[in-house]
Amino acid sequence: MKIPKFMGYRRENGRVGIRNHVVILPLDDLSNAACEAVANNIKGTMALPHPYGRLQFGEDLELFFRTLIGTGANPNAAAVVVIGIEPEWTDRVVQGIAKTGKPVKGFSIERNGDINTIAMASRQAKEYVQWATEIQKTECSLDELYLSVKCGESDTTSGLASNPTVGNLVDKCVEMGATVSFGETSEITGGELVCKARAATPEIAEKFMETWTEYNDFIMKEKTDDLSGSQPTKGNIRGGLTTIEEKALGNLQKIGKKARYVGVLKPAEAPKGKGLWYMDTSSAAAEAVTLWAASGAVVHLFPTGQGNIIGNPIEPVIKLSANPITCSTMSEHVDLDVSGILRGEMNLDEAGDRLIEVMIRTCNGRFTAAEALGHREFVLTKLYRSA
Amino acid sequence: MIQFLVHEKNDTVGVATVDIKAGETAKGLAMDTEEKVEVKALMDIPLGHKIALRDFKSGDTVTKYGHDIGKVVAAIRKGEHVHVHNLKTKRW
Repeated sequence: MKIPKFMGYRRENGRVGIRNHVVILPLDDLSNAACEAVANNIKGTMALPHPYGRLQFGEDLELFFRTLIGTGANPNAAAVVVIGIEPEWTDRVVQGIAKTGKPVKGFSIERNGDINTIAMASRQAKEYVQWATEIQKTECSLDELYLSVKCGESDTTSGLASNPTVGNLVDKCVEMGATVSFGETSEITGGELVCKARAATPEIAEKFMETWTEYNDFIMKEKTDDLSGSQPTKGNIRGGLTTIEEKALGNLQKIGKKARYVGVLKPAEAPKGKGLWYMDTSSAAAEAVTLWAASGAVVHLFPTGQGNIIGNPIEPVIKLSANPITCSTMSEHVDLDVSGILRGEMNLDEAGDRLIEVMIRTCNGRFTAAEALGHREFVLTKLYRSA
Repeated sequence: MIQFLVHEKNDTVGVATVDIKAGETAKGLAMDTEEKVEVKALMDIPLGHKIALRDFKSGDTVTKYGHDIGKVVAAIRKGEHVHVHNLKTKRW
């Protein structure tokens, strides 16, 4: 297959984006109001309110900074205004984003108040948006893309058709030189040895097993009686899934048949090169996609059975489904209907090509269903209580 | 018309893509090789549920996606419904 081209945004650091956002990023919960006011004042900007950023510590704080900095650094953002309650942590986020070379400026509310901060940040945001809207797209190619994959509200149609369609795309995209990440540590349980065997080297396989074991031990420690009988879920069983192995193997169809993962990433950590990467994430859709966006992924592929409707403000989420009921009753959420696979009308190779075509159209600027519907789920992963 | 799919040719179960009725000779397709398979259904198999492609005795392993998905806990005849009443994980 010839490597597909699209018109995208090549950023100051050489990374390729497919959207051109001017982001108004709150450091903390207290700064959401000011960020939303700036986004209201200056058209074409986008605030990303979230509930955290105060009194976090240790590994949880490191993940918080990695997520915020990574979100601003994502190539889908042209420029960023950061607003925080105090200057020090605000500056840490600004300095982190500035490493990409993109325009970024911080404002802090203490000793200014909301109104003055909003006025100053609005003036800066206006300059950024006028600058960003004049940026011309340039020709980019698929091998410059970093994409992520994760499924949700799965049923048997996911394992049969929509997940293997993503797997077919992943095999083709990795072969063409793209960067791809998958994760969902907790939902690999039951197929962990199959996942382990897909690592590129024994060292990477061991690192995957350590990550999986740590997550699994955490779940076993925290579980209540409600959770102990929940894999597969009652809904999974009603749909025909019998064992946890069967569910996990269906999930792993998304990584295709050929590609081997070349590294294990911490949550929100950027891949260090091309190829397929495993990232330690939860299986909750909005949390996981927020982590991938923060690691720099610019487009997400999301197969669904029963109809998960997630979107992300930074990383467009493309949805596909093979469930004919979902495709007809929730058609406004589905970017690609692959139910033809179940009727024997389409094979996986054809479905994979159709999905690449939808992805390239999305990269060229076409809104996904979730973007058109305004789904902007920005959900930070918090590891434990604040101090 | 296709009534069930088999993920990989050597899998020992198929997955119904429509509701299959007992007594029907169900037509299936292997997804990797695109080879056709036929099985006479001995029970109703609802959409999304598994149909046995061979006889199993208690203790046998069931293969789907080319991998072990659990052990048989009650004998299954070719064409019967495979689910929680006759298949269990080996994990717990």
